This record gives sequence, C-alpha cells and structure tokens, in this order.
Amino acid sequence: MGILASQQLTKRFGGLIALSELDLDVAERSIHSIIGPNGAGKTTYFNCVTGFYRAEEGRTFFNTQPIDTLTPDKITQLGIARTYQNIRLFANMTCLENILVGMHPHLKSSWMGAILRTPATRQDEAQAHEEAIRLLQFVGQRGKGDYLARNLPYGEQRRLEVARALASRPKLLLLDEPTAGMNPRESMDTMAFIRRLRDELGITILLIEHNMRVVMGISEIITVLDFGQKIAEGTPDQVRNDPRVIEAYLGTRRGVAGVGA
Amino acid sequence: MRSDRGSWGRVISGGLIFGAAAVFVSLVGMVEALGVRVIVIGVIDFGRLLLLLIGLGAGYQAARRGGGGALTALLRGLLAGAATGAGLAALLVLGSVVNLRGMFINASPALFEIISFGRGAAGVPLVVAAGAVVGVLGAAATLLPGTVRGPLGAGVTATIVIGLFQELLQIILQGEEGVRAAIRQLIFVPEGLPPRGALEVFVVVLVASALWRSRRPVVRSWISKRPPRTQRLLRLLGLLLAVAVVLVLPAAGGLFVSQVLVLVGLYTLMGLGLNLEVGFAGLLDLGFVAFFAIGAYTVGLLTSTGQYGVAHWSFWAAVPVALVVSLIAGFLFGLPILRIRGDYLAIATLGFGEIIRLLALSDALRPWFGGSQGILAVPKPNIGGFEFSGPMQIFYITLVSSAFIAFVAARLRDSRLGRAWMAMREDEDVAEAMGINLINVKLLAYGIGGAFAGMGGAIFAALLGSIFPHSFNLLISINVLALIIVGGMGSLPGVVVGSLFLVGLPELLREFSDFRFLVYGAALIIMMQVKPAGLWPAAAVRRELLKEEPVGAVTEGPVAERAEA
Repeated sequence: MGILASQQLTKRFGGLIALSELDLDVAERSIHSIIGPNGAGKTTYFNCVTGFYRAEEGRTFFNTQPIDTLTPDKITQLGIARTYQNIRLFANMTCLENILVGMHPHLKSSWMGAILRTPATRQDEAQAHEEAIRLLQFVGQRGKGDYLARNLPYGEQRRLEVARALASRPKLLLLDEPTAGMNPRESMDTMAFIRRLRDELGITILLIEHNMRVVMGISEIITVLDFGQKIAEGTPDQVRNDPRVIEAYLGTRRGVAGVGA
Repeated sequence: MRSDRGSWGRVISGGLIFGAAAVFVSLVGMVEALGVRVIVIGVIDFGRLLLLLIGLGAGYQAARRGGGGALTALLRGLLAGAATGAGLAALLVLGSVVNLRGMFINASPALFEIISFGRGAAGVPLVVAAGAVVGVLGAAATLLPGTVRGPLGAGVTATIVIGLFQELLQIILQGEEGVRAAIRQLIFVPEGLPPRGALEVFVVVLVASALWRSRRPVVRSWISKRPPRTQRLLRLLGLLLAVAVVLVLPAAGGLFVSQVLVLVGLYTLMGLGLNLEVGFAGLLDLGFVAFFAIGAYTVGLLTSTGQYGVAHWSFWAAVPVALVVSLIAGFLFGLPILRIRGDYLAIATLGFGEIIRLLALSDALRPWFGGSQGILAVPKPNIGGFEFSGPMQIFYITLVSSAFIAFVAARLRDSRLGRAWMAMREDEDVAEAMGINLINVKLLAYGIGGAFAGMGGAIFAALLGSIFPHSFNLLISINVLALIIVGGMGSLPGVVVGSLFLVGLPELLREFSDFRFLVYGAALIIMMQVKPAGLWPAAAVRRELLKEEPVGAVTEGPVAERAEA
C-alpha cells in the first residue's frame, strides 16, 4: 500500500454516481496524475480525500491509517494539503498571513499565551514568520508579504496557494489543475517547480491536470477517470496508447464517424 | 447634443433628489426642532444649517459629475441648487394652498416661516434664488485647490462645532478670571456665539490650518532626520499628551460630559467584543446585548445589598466572575449555532438576545432576577475608601477597562487565533482544510467577544445602581453593530471613533434624540457609499488603499470555473 490508497470508493450525488468503486494507490515520493474529461470525478476524489465529502462506500487510507471519517482539519494535520481548481486564497489577508494560516496545525500557542505574549508564544511566532518568509522566497515572491492576496496577479496567486499548502508541512500535496489559465512558458515553469517540490522537499504529488503536455512531461504514473470509473492506469506511454483512453477523449470510432456523416 | 441635454437633465434630477431630502427633513420636524439650537446668534441655527448643507451638497455633487470647465461646473451647481430650492418652494406653495398639518404634523407655520425667510408664499422666488446661490457655492468648493479648500473647510467646521456646543463650552470655560474666562469672553457672549466670535474662530482656525499645511512637510522631515531614539521619545511624548488630555476630560467637562463619555466607553467595550465576532471572525451577531445583560446581572446579583443580592461581594470581586460567566455564556450560546452560516446566523442570534431579556423579565424567574422590577441597590465600586460615586469617577474604570480590552483584542488579532478567525471569515471551508478546528475557533470568538461585553455590563450595573430588563433591548445590539460598521469593520480605533460618532454625538446634541435612528440610517447609507471601509479602516485595508496597485494586478481569477461533479 502506498502513501495514499483508496479502495472501492463510491460517491453519489442523488442519482448521479460521481465515483464508482474507485481503487487508487499513490506511491510515496511519486508524481501521480489524474486525468479525464470534465465531470469524470477528479475533483470529487480530491474532496473525498480531504474530508470535504464523505464517500458512501469504500475506504481511504493515508499511511495505512483510515481517514474516511475524519474532518478536514484532522486530515490536514495528518499531512495532506491541497490547492483549488478555482483559486481559494484568503483574499483580504496579506500573503504572509495566508501562509501563517497554513502553518496553523503545527503552531502551539494558545489564546491565553497570545494575550500574555509568553516567551514560548513569542518564539513560536518569530519562527513562524521566518518560515513564512522562507516559503515566500521559495515560491519566488520575496518581498510581497504585505500585499493583500487578492491584489496579486493570477499566476502569483496560484503560487501563493501552493506556498500556503506547503506551510502545513504536508507529506502529500494535492494540486487541482496547477497550470490552468497559464501560457505554455508559465506551464513549463510550474512543471519544474512541481518537480522541485518532490525532489527537494520529498513531497508526494497527486495532481489533476488538463494540459497534456504537462501531464505527459511530469507524471510518473497516470490514472484516467471517466464517469467516475478508472478506465486506465500506467506510465505516460502506456496511457497514451491505451484504446480506452483514446475512446474516452475522442469518442468511439463509430461515434467520430457518426459526427462526420 | 442629445447626450449633453441628458447630462443637464441628470443635474436637475440630482438637484431634485436633494430637494426631496430637504423637504423630508423639514416635514419630519428636524428643521424646526434643530432650529432651537442657535449656532451663530442672529445668523444661523442648526435647522437652517441642515438645509444649507443639503443645498451645498447638491451643488457639490452636481459639479463633480461630468467634465467641462469651471464655468460649466458652476452652472451645474447653480441648476442643481435651484432645483433643490424648487423642491422647498413647492412645499411652500402646497402649504399655502392646502393645510398640510392634517397629514404632516410638523408642517407648522413656524416651519414655513423658516423656509420662506418669513415671507410666506411670496418667498418662492427667493427660495429658488437662494438655492441657486448655495448650489454655486457648493460647486465652487470643488474648483478650489486643496491648499485653499482644506483650511477653509477646517475654519467653517470649527466654527460650526464651537457654535453647536457653545453651551457646553461655556460651562467648561466658566469662571471669573484667568485664561478660561479670557477665552470665553473673547469668543462668547452669555447667550451664545456672536458673529464677531464666529469670525474670530473662523480666522484663527483658517490661519492655523493653512500654516500647518505648509509647515507639515518641514516638521515631518525634521522628525524623520532625528535619531531613532529621539523619534521614539517624541512619539511617547505625543502619546502621554493624548493620555493626559483624556484623563482631565471628566474634570474639565463636568458631569454631563462625563456621563456621555462613560456611555461612549460602555459602547466601546461592547463594540470591541462585537468587532471580535463580526469584524475578525465574520460571525454576524444580532443578539449581542445578551452578554451585556449577563455581565450586568452577574455583578448586580453578586453585589446588591437589596432584596435579590446573593453574596454582597465588592464590585472588584464580582467583575472577574462576570467576565467568566459571560465567557461561558458565549460558549453555550455558540454551541447550537455552530453549523449555521450567513443570514441564518443573524436570525438565530437575534433570538438569543431576546431570550435572555425575556428570561430576566419572566415571572418564573422573578424570585431570583426580580422580573420587571429589576435589581436595586447595586453599590458603587470603591478602593480603600475612595468611592466611584458617579460618572466622573466611573469614567476612569471604563477608560482603564477599554484600554485593557483593546489591548487584549489587539494581541488576539495578531495571534494564531486571530489569523484563524480571519481565515474563517474569508472562507470557512478552506479555513477548515488548513487544519483549523472550526468548533474551537468559533466558540472562542463567541466566548471572548461575550466576555468583553460582560465587562461593559458589569460597569453599567455599577453606574446605574440598578438593573432593569428593559435596558437590554434589541436596539442596543443594533447600535453596537452600526457603530462598528461606521468605525470600520475589524478596526480597533474604529470602534472608539464609531461610538464617539454614533453614541457620543447624539447625546451631546439632545435635539437629535427624536431623529436618532433616522440619522443612523442616513449615516450608514452615506458611509457605505462614501467610505465603505469605515471612518478608521483596519490596518491591512488602509495599507492597501494607500499603496499603489501592484503593476499588472489582476483582481479576479480569469479562469471560468469548469463544471466538475
């Protein structure tokens, strides 16, 4: 079993089956992608893992520990962090504050400590600030700590979101379309950045991505979803040539012909 | 040319809206009631000033809209002002033809005399002309450079303020000789502010303001060139000076001013508590008065020497208990509404405030809380024989506790908990996904916010010496909410500024009391239009407003959300 493992996971919304008996295993220190057409259930899977949704059936394990019944805050404390498809920063807080919120789980200070400003609290806060500034530098936003998050350009908002996720010191990072809305050059930068996260920080990466150049360029393993089911899994080369994947993306041969006729 | 005509039409309709406002304040009786307060003897009273300000506003507004040269702007002001005057003139004509008093009790002959300059229906052309003149003046204000407009505005404002509060100022400056008497005799006559005194005030403030404007950069650069230690010393000196001024306020202002200040202090305490809930944590609370009541009743029950007193403790022993009780009340209050968000939260909390008031009022609990009779004989606090017998002394308790509570609030704001509150305010789901335990954080917001208000309630009990359920009605909750909106959400100095404006000012202008909520409503609407972040915005907001937009800033995520199951 890898760092993250789901077994027979099923999630329904009324009559719609968003995830159907999904088995997924993410190996530690891998870069693993989930791809699939719109509505395939990719983000739903992220929401199940992070505790936003509760799957009706099946189980999910993180480091062999079941996490299905935990609330989002507990799951984050275990070491899973995520970013969002449509960026969800704390828009009216500064960049530094955004990152500091991300550090919440491993800061110790209590509210009484904060009022009295005990030496322990002061030390805790000073360290947190230092680390937050290091994280800002790491994502290339040195000196932007005082900007309100909503005033950053789009690409920097994406990177700030990653920095905020990293602040919780995750072992597993879920990235939901990290290159959405980026031009090819920015996408390449982001790819290199994701590789650095894994190589330098040793974080396992699970990402959802539509940009095939990114997916094929970065992934070590790819899982393909369609209508909530896993239809293929393997290395980029295996997936690229899988007939079912081609079918899901382009329609059946008959279907394509039908359109032409 | 069409669009040009359209824009002139807008100017006139804008002027008519101001005219409608003038008619409105006349018919609700404000003009006449405020007319009692003379600002400059023989020149203007508060009621007429209100109409004048509306006319000026019409001209100012019209001149600022749309381009064109100075002449066009003045012409716009003229038209808008005339339209405003026409509104009042229409009221005059109507009033002379039909008897309006059947419907509008305030449409009295005295009102018509004020509006028509004492000429009745014959004054119609005069009213329109006066409106036009005032409109041009309002428009002219937009054309003046800041270096002229600033000092001029300061001079006029100072004159109005001194005229408005002349009675109070004369009491403060009473005495036969000395500096106070000299100042009083220089500006005032016993009946009020004469034109000569008004002119003196105007000129002095104008010159002082102009001087300060021209010298400010010099002073700033002088200060910035001092060594850091001197700078710190200067800042400390300024702070000490401010503290000293505040400390002598009750002694200088007398009993009435002290009363008002204590009230401002109590609202500041409640405002700090509600600001923590609404401004920091984003939890709207319309039942906030409940915590104030709980603090008051706790102190009342623990200290009262009357029928319902249970312990006969001293005030100082009872206050910590009151804080703890209201803290726990906050936790309990938060429990059932943990999962409620947004508008529903407002309604649920509204219920809580009423429940507490009705419980205190109920017959079932009468043996303990005294029902509508309330709790009497709450003793005054005292330290070693010094009794805090009245507002002039209790002021210092409110001052110290407000300072302490504000300090606590500031520390919390800048802490891990404060950041968690703000994150929750911004996006509850994401905050939870950041590892924040929403339950803990919410309950702490309700508890600590409640304790702050409980502190206010405790002082309130000692101030009045008696507690009645009807003191704790919904309007207090709404007042507190209004004051933190006007002051600036999430801003600590904003709470003080807000309660000075919305609590202190109406108390000082007693004629206002009938129109209090009318003014509240108008103030809130104007605030939302003109200064949505409040009179004293929170630091982060202000920092951003002052800073230039970062190059290439994008404020919205450009990607359309993709539908994903």
